[in-house]
Amino acid sequence: MDSNSNSYSQLQNENSSLPDFIRNSSSQRSTSSIQSFHSKASGGHSVKEDARLVYINDPEKTNEKFEFAKNSIRTGKYSILTFLPRNLFEQFHRVAYIYFLVIAILNQLPQLAVFGRGASIMPLAFVLLVTAVKDGYEDYRRHRSDNIENNRLAWVLVNDQFQQKKWKDMRVGEIVKISANETLPCDMVLLSTSDTTGVAYIQTTNLDGESNLKTRYAKQETQMKNPEKEKISGLIKCEKPNRNIYGFQANMEIDGKRVSLGPSNIILRGCELKNTSWALGIVVYAGGETKAMLNNSGAPSKRSRLETHMNREIIYLSIFLVVLCTIVSVCHGAWLRRHKDDLVLMQFYRKKDYSEPKVDDYNYYGWGMEIFFVFLMSVIVFQIMIPISLYISMELVRVGQAYFMIRDDRMYDKASNSRFQCRALNINEDLGQIKYVFSDKTGTLTENKMEFQCASIGGVDYSGGKAISEDEQTGYSLRVEGQVFRPKMKVKVDPELLSLSKQKHTDEGRHVHDFFIALAACNTIVPLTVETSDPALKLIDYQGESPDEQALVYAAAAYGFMLIERTSGHIVIDIQGERQRYNVLGLHEFDSDRKRMSVILGCPDNTFKVFVKGADTTMFNVIDRSLNSNTVKATEDHLHLYSSKGLRTLVVGMRDLSASEFEQWQSSYERASTALMGRAALLRKVAYNVETSLSILGASAIEDKLQQGVPEAIESLRNAGIKVWVLTGDKQETAISIGYSSKLLTSKMTQIVVNNNSKESCKKSLDDALVMCKKLTTDSDATRRGSGARKTEIALIIDGTSLVHILDTELEEQLFNLSSKCTVVLCCRVAPLQKAGIVALMKNRANEMTLAIGDGANDVSMIQMADVGIGISGQEGRQAVMASDFAMAQFRFLVPLLFVHGHWNYQRMSYMILYNVYRNAVFVLVLFWYALFTSFTLTTAITDWSSVLYSVIYTALPTIVVGVLDKDLSRTTLLRYPQLYGTGQRQESYNGKLFWVTIMDTLWQSIAAFFVPLLAYWGSDVDRSSLGDLWTIAVVILVNIHLAMDVVRWYWITHAAIWGSIVATFICVMVIDVLPFLPGYWAFFHIAGTKLFWACLFGITIAALVPRFVVKIFIQYFRPDDIQIARELEKVENSRESRDAEIEMNPIFDPPRR
Amino acid sequence: MSSGDEVSQTISKKSKKPQYSRFTQQELPACKPILTPGLVITTLISIGIIFIPIGLSSLSASENVVEIVDRYDDACVPSTGNDEAAKRERLSFIQNAKTNKTCIRNLVVPKKMKHPIYVYYQLDNFYQNHRRYVKSRSDRQYRSPKYEGDTKTCDPESEIDDHKPIVPCGLIAWSLFNDTYGISTKSNPVPINKKDIAWGSDKSSKFGSNVYPKNFQNQDPIGGGKLNESLPLSEQEDLLVWMRTAALPNFRKLYGRIETDLEANEKISVVIQNNYNTYSFDSRKQLVLSTTTWIGGKNDFLGKAYITVGGICLFLAIAFLLTYVIKPRPLGDPAYLSWNLNSAEL
Repeated sequence: MDSNSNSYSQLQNENSSLPDFIRNSSSQRSTSSIQSFHSKASGGHSVKEDARLVYINDPEKTNEKFEFAKNSIRTGKYSILTFLPRNLFEQFHRVAYIYFLVIAILNQLPQLAVFGRGASIMPLAFVLLVTAVKDGYEDYRRHRSDNIENNRLAWVLVNDQFQQKKWKDMRVGEIVKISANETLPCDMVLLSTSDTTGVAYIQTTNLDGESNLKTRYAKQETQMKNPEKEKISGLIKCEKPNRNIYGFQANMEIDGKRVSLGPSNIILRGCELKNTSWALGIVVYAGGETKAMLNNSGAPSKRSRLETHMNREIIYLSIFLVVLCTIVSVCHGAWLRRHKDDLVLMQFYRKKDYSEPKVDDYNYYGWGMEIFFVFLMSVIVFQIMIPISLYISMELVRVGQAYFMIRDDRMYDKASNSRFQCRALNINEDLGQIKYVFSDKTGTLTENKMEFQCASIGGVDYSGGKAISEDEQTGYSLRVEGQVFRPKMKVKVDPELLSLSKQKHTDEGRHVHDFFIALAACNTIVPLTVETSDPALKLIDYQGESPDEQALVYAAAAYGFMLIERTSGHIVIDIQGERQRYNVLGLHEFDSDRKRMSVILGCPDNTFKVFVKGADTTMFNVIDRSLNSNTVKATEDHLHLYSSKGLRTLVVGMRDLSASEFEQWQSSYERASTALMGRAALLRKVAYNVETSLSILGASAIEDKLQQGVPEAIESLRNAGIKVWVLTGDKQETAISIGYSSKLLTSKMTQIVVNNNSKESCKKSLDDALVMCKKLTTDSDATRRGSGARKTEIALIIDGTSLVHILDTELEEQLFNLSSKCTVVLCCRVAPLQKAGIVALMKNRANEMTLAIGDGANDVSMIQMADVGIGISGQEGRQAVMASDFAMAQFRFLVPLLFVHGHWNYQRMSYMILYNVYRNAVFVLVLFWYALFTSFTLTTAITDWSSVLYSVIYTALPTIVVGVLDKDLSRTTLLRYPQLYGTGQRQESYNGKLFWVTIMDTLWQSIAAFFVPLLAYWGSDVDRSSLGDLWTIAVVILVNIHLAMDVVRWYWITHAAIWGSIVATFICVMVIDVLPFLPGYWAFFHIAGTKLFWACLFGITIAALVPRFVVKIFIQYFRPDDIQIARELEKVENSRESRDAEIEMNPIFDPPRR
Repeated sequence: MSSGDEVSQTISKKSKKPQYSRFTQQELPACKPILTPGLVITTLISIGIIFIPIGLSSLSASENVVEIVDRYDDACVPSTGNDEAAKRERLSFIQNAKTNKTCIRNLVVPKKMKHPIYVYYQLDNFYQNHRRYVKSRSDRQYRSPKYEGDTKTCDPESEIDDHKPIVPCGLIAWSLFNDTYGISTKSNPVPINKKDIAWGSDKSSKFGSNVYPKNFQNQDPIGGGKLNESLPLSEQEDLLVWMRTAALPNFRKLYGRIETDLEANEKISVVIQNNYNTYSFDSRKQLVLSTTTWIGGKNDFLGKAYITVGGICLFLAIAFLLTYVIKPRPLGDPAYLSWNLNSAEL
């Protein structure tokens, strides 16, 4: 150890001058091969640049060179000073605001000043103000919570004593003491814990939502030290801060020894310390550089299909706007031409300015410029043709819709205590148009709560567990000094196997023994002792990240192989009442390439064994078939049997390691696990080397229970015309059996299976399948014509290997053709990226909306690829939720989400877009018609202020209220007739045709609103302001009544909004007309005193709306759509119900509230 | 599944279950009217029933208006030709302050006109709503002598040569209409009351009672009428009427009221001072004597429109009723749902 401490001090001397890798190699030259390997591995440039050096208990030195971030956090975006510029800058990132701004600037040019200065800036200022207030408030809240966080206290080692320090003052390199149930203030490497073995338990709920306890280890090298008594010093070299919460690579030099650190040695900010009375750690990342903070990013942004289509129509509107402006300016040009000789003295024109001695042109810039100016002015006047306010209203409406989705207590899951979450706010309405649902299986369709069912050990199938009834069985328990230990979960036990497991000396007994040792040892499960109300009884709770492992350990415990203790170095297994200590010498974690994990144990009898468990495909490659081929064959048969029952299978194998083999493995393992760069790859290589020529022990079968309500949900989705695809990493047999149990597949379906290993065979089987499809459909056509039998449904089952040859090749087209003919598609054995590939295939080719739902990290790519990504906030962690647009707890919530909320969102949003286009266009057209009567000079009869307030006060609220609250159909109806969902899929509520119909309607309504007063007052002594007031009020009443005609459900809020808006308009117009400095002073009171005014108003409203009303009723009556019929049904049934006073319950579609 | 599972679910965690309220569950009580055929037919018929009488009454109101319209602009100038020379002659006639512009028109009262009879002048094709025109005013200046110099918006009629402000400034005031009418019957003159022809609100608040015309119309080019400099703006009612700019290019403005009845077939003669220049552009001047009803002046449009709309609605009601009888559809019949229709066809 002496030489080591020397090299450490040497290191300290050197580090200011030498680059990292030189320091590494020079300081470690004398030591073993591990270090030399390391220096080679870390010799690249990346380490030199990427490593962060943390001097233990020496924050000054640590922060000397680079000032690492302090632990104060700032999630707030702005400070008081930067708020205005930064917020404005961010707001003007939106095209809409730029449009506003350009218009407002144009209006400031004296030649173009159409509106008063105040009036022209008002809308922009209003929008900016509202957004700024919203942003400001959010930021204030963030600041407040930051402040609370920053001022929390923690015990920090200062001058060899622990003192309380505010979180914000903590620095990298300091040693912190955390007590039980405290939240961690920053990311720390564990030094020691109250547990002698250095274990600390943490709960990561705040970080990834998982509520099970995770174990973290302090290294033995630091565990023994007490920093208050002896000074600890050392150096930790770790990665630059990154957002990977599941990864950490570092090494620690302490007392001259180099120790590798991994994810299990670091505890992250936001976690809570549990079941451990204290823990010491050294701060490595603080404040904004902690992984929790780095992960604090927003949801991905997607754009809804409706909005994409709307943007296309907005382009039409822009063209329309340009056309209007062109008409006005060209006409103006013609007018000027015709009167060019008269302009000079014309009373109402006066081109010449005679007020000065020199006679000049007065604001006259020549014919061409005049036309140009008129064009620009008309853009300003007609600006709201582009419904900018629509974007803002849409955001508000989406917030409202999200509020209702989150608050829906039918999408609340009691078991996990989680609500529905809206992570993306801009694709609510896409939920109403879904055509394809891509679902993960495990954790999404199934609960991911595993139950051990049966096992095949040594070629013998033990599946008699079912025979045992619950009452008779108390399960295996253990008595130690009057205390009874029992596993928390009971497992069905096969009696034959139970008796076998107690025999130690038969061949079979040994086999069984090894099998269960493997189950108990080959995992990362941590046993926890839980007190119960009975002081003599204690439960052992197995905590771990994989539910499969949990199930296996419980199973092993039930057969008398009870895992009692696990530390980083050893495990204790109680074997039939006898405590055995095994040293865990190495653990090769599960990865998706190998699809297996292994553990190297030093057994009590001083032998070394490697236990491996993993998926059958990869396991049979590493199992030595020559050892006992009969067993292998029998096991394979059993595996087939299990998976056909829908069980998840794992194969277990083992091998004795000779001393030399072990040595060899150990050296390479240590080298790999201390490597800073490429550690994972190195470890994988080591694992490959040791996981070979295994002898088979057996296979386990675990039942993956279906989630509640899944079959019903799938059936309703299918009824709604949604195609459900299941993409799973499981075996084909498992997938098919789950398919049957979830009613995805039915016995009536014809199954087409594509399992191929080459491109050619893929092509061939796809061709065959297509031919078969065609034949089946024509056959069924024939039979249908004859007997009216149901159409033959086809299910396509395809595996990952075939997909490798199909995706990204020309075969995609064929797969697409084939799958679009199939009712169900099951893809098994697919890799995460293939999932995304399949989603992309359908999304791009079918031009239909896709939804992906999944719960695990392997679904992330698929969730991000699909139009709508849904994360299940369940067992497998939070990555899926983090990547998703919406998150919920149960698959079955998909039904209310799509059928009810999706449908409503879509209907509401489509109507709102059409209505807003209409609302603005009708106003613009009224302005336009008037421009034709002002010799095309864009005088407006409607006052500036009314133009501005039109979309802010006069008509804004009702559309938002209707957009948030109106329901075309009730929840019950929508759930009873899933087919109603088809309206969204067929885009019935918003499409090009409807848009143009709306525009025609708009045209008529504007004509009615404009020309009725025009002709009624033609040649009378009416003044401009009075007539303007009439037009304003007429248009406002018109658009509000138009909306009222389309409202389905009248709440008091709807009434208040619609009638309130009309009243507000009257009040505003009156207020504008009592301001004596405006030209329209008192105009309203004059014109409103005449009967003609009211006659016009009434006439306009009816005349403008009659065509719409008539078309509406004729369509409703003679060509009713499904929604109309369903609405009538609702009404008819309601009255019938109230007559019979009986409430109809639908047990399937209205799941009981939990 | 064993029971131990539930034990571990600690109850201490606060439930996030959304609080139930009818609002958050979107179950607020609502009225959901539905357009039943009965309702539709009733609506359409009632529109018809309401509209047609209104239309008829406004038609008859319009019919009851007695109106004398006399276009005098071309008759009151020496030359009426359409050629350039005639036009120039007309212009020189009207622009010359010295020429005698008196013009006498003889009119016959078609029907008995009850007082009050409104005397209007009507200008056609006169764009009082032209942008450059309507903007050329200063409401602040008109209201208070304090803002006398507030003429920025009045260009090009804001100041005279020596930078003294014009009160009232602006093109609108500058172009004040200045034809005058004197009406007499065979025997005696008919007085035209020019009091209270402007809005009371304009007189009391919009135009100051202490703002007097200054430098008005004393510099070429002269646009129109002059003002009595000893009267405040609030009492210059002709100006006030003129300043209420018309909405449309064809408009009337009130000139005065006749407080006596005119009998049918009575011959009246109007002495017109034809001062106002509408000849430099294509405009017409007319004198209008009109009685008034609730609908205002003579205008058949509204009545016809109401009758048309009412008639159409009645027609549609009948059409709808007929189709309903011929091809009835029961309300809320699930058989009409598209998926049921499809399977029925097969």
